[in-house]
Amino acid sequence: MIISVSSGKGGTGKTTVATSIAVSIANSVYIDCDVEEPNGHILLKPEYTSVTPYKKLLPEIDTEKCTLCNKCVEVCEFNALMNAGNEIILFDELCHSCGACAYFCPEKCITEVGKVMGYVRKGKSTTGDVEFIDGILNIGEETATPLIKEVKKQTIPGKINIVDSPPGTACSMVETVRESDFCILVTESSPFGLSDLKLAIDVLKIINVPFGVVINKYDERYKATEEYLKENDILLLSKIGIDKKIAEDYSRGIIPVLKSEKIRKDMIEIVEKINSLINSKQKV
Amino acid sequence: MIEKKYRQVVFLSGKGGTGKTSFAASFSNLLENKIIVDCDVDAANLYLVLNPYIKSGTKYFSGIKAEIDASKCNQCGLCEELCRFDAIKDYTVDKISCEGCGFCVRACPQKAIDYNLNASGYYYEGNLEDGTPFFYSNLKPGEGNSGKLVSVLKSEALKKVDENTEWVIIDGPPGIGCPVNASLAGSDFIVMVTEATSSGFHDLKRLINLIKIFEFPYGIIINKYDLNEEVTESIKKLAEENSISILGMVPYEQDFIRSLQEGKTVYEYSPKMREQFKEMWSNINLQIKYQ
Repeated sequence: MIISVSSGKGGTGKTTVATSIAVSIANSVYIDCDVEEPNGHILLKPEYTSVTPYKKLLPEIDTEKCTLCNKCVEVCEFNALMNAGNEIILFDELCHSCGACAYFCPEKCITEVGKVMGYVRKGKSTTGDVEFIDGILNIGEETATPLIKEVKKQTIPGKINIVDSPPGTACSMVETVRESDFCILVTESSPFGLSDLKLAIDVLKIINVPFGVVINKYDERYKATEEYLKENDILLLSKIGIDKKIAEDYSRGIIPVLKSEKIRKDMIEIVEKINSLINSKQKV
Repeated sequence: MIEKKYRQVVFLSGKGGTGKTSFAASFSNLLENKIIVDCDVDAANLYLVLNPYIKSGTKYFSGIKAEIDASKCNQCGLCEELCRFDAIKDYTVDKISCEGCGFCVRACPQKAIDYNLNASGYYYEGNLEDGTPFFYSNLKPGEGNSGKLVSVLKSEALKKVDENTEWVIIDGPPGIGCPVNASLAGSDFIVMVTEATSSGFHDLKRLINLIKIFEFPYGIIINKYDLNEEVTESIKKLAEENSISILGMVPYEQDFIRSLQEGKTVYEYSPKMREQFKEMWSNINLQIKYQ
């Protein structure tokens, strides 16, 4: 089973919720797909068993054979190749590795070579019985989605895979949450949280992933989130009260459930709710 | 060429939720002759506290997506084989996966595949109460190419620059990827808003390494500095080692979320924070002047 944890807005507590669930339940895998700024490792403190470079393909042009015919420049939709008069220059951060240039080169003088764009790291958490996997993008790389795809391939069948998503609602968030069995959306008690929650819900409806909501930093004075959920018949999975102690623990890299039996129970309950929801759907 | 008189200041953080928007909004209250741009194009929030009057919305086309004409397709399967993005299955294009590279369009022996212009969102232009031009956008859920939208948004905003413009304030997106790079272009100073947590610090370091590639001048605001004094010390040390100034330190403060709940900036909501915002801005100003 794959449960992704996403939010729209950054800093609502995705990683806190994802790691808390992972350490609360048995048979879990934590997978961090926020490859631009992965934080799960700070809380789960894994001992790494493998760190594998992930390469993206870039065209390499054999200048001896190249006739400067310009075909490769023409077929590149991302303007990653430029004819500088005496040679073709590659702007590698613009390249999407689509392979069109190599395919269409009439001289067959383009080969695609791998360039390391980040790493996939695997290990075991030292703060709980959790398998740990994450991806970390090299600084300066623009496109995260190929690495996210690679990280997602590491999900372990038969286990409960908790997949931590990057913020936002753009391509990297979608790449992370699509094909999940369920997505937990973590919001906070503020108009920012609510606005971005609605955007994230729009995404999940389009890609057809069932979802429920956790209100983190819950403040009962702010009613709008709950009213919105009620009006739209959206499942509220849990509320985690606003608490400076949780923030302090988090700041030290401590997962709140390790201190609070109540939160641990809440986390287990979330997974039970998701489980029964998925099972009842399968019966229908 | 007219000499550039205004200064472009970008708010970034690496980690999400450290307070970028709250700071950008509060500083906007302090400034005159400004243009404000929310470059967090897939989760824009600044308008929620600055309450602009929106004058116009413009459709944004990010690029192209492939579309297969079933009447011409003979199901040879070449497109599916060639596509690196797994965007073609059963002779139809999955628009979310398609990156618009056009490989299939060019390779199809039947010429059955064509480009389709893809509307991937809107950008909006409006004014704040005092007439300040304000720009933000709304990327359609799940769309890519957000870096390009950031660039479009910024270039639209910069058209509003006149001889009186002193500031262009840009609220940036989280992360260190393409929309961040697009937000950075042309900036005079970067305000990094971090928080005193292990994650905030970790992400700040990655952001600093990115900024170093571009050699932009920057300074750091430590939000929630009292959450973890050790992390705060580490951030200060890092700043010192890099000869970077700490522009200000703000405690863990309920007023941040309370102000949002009332749709106000922290500056408007919290009289006790006002002096601190003024002080931080004068630090930023000083840095920009003497960089």
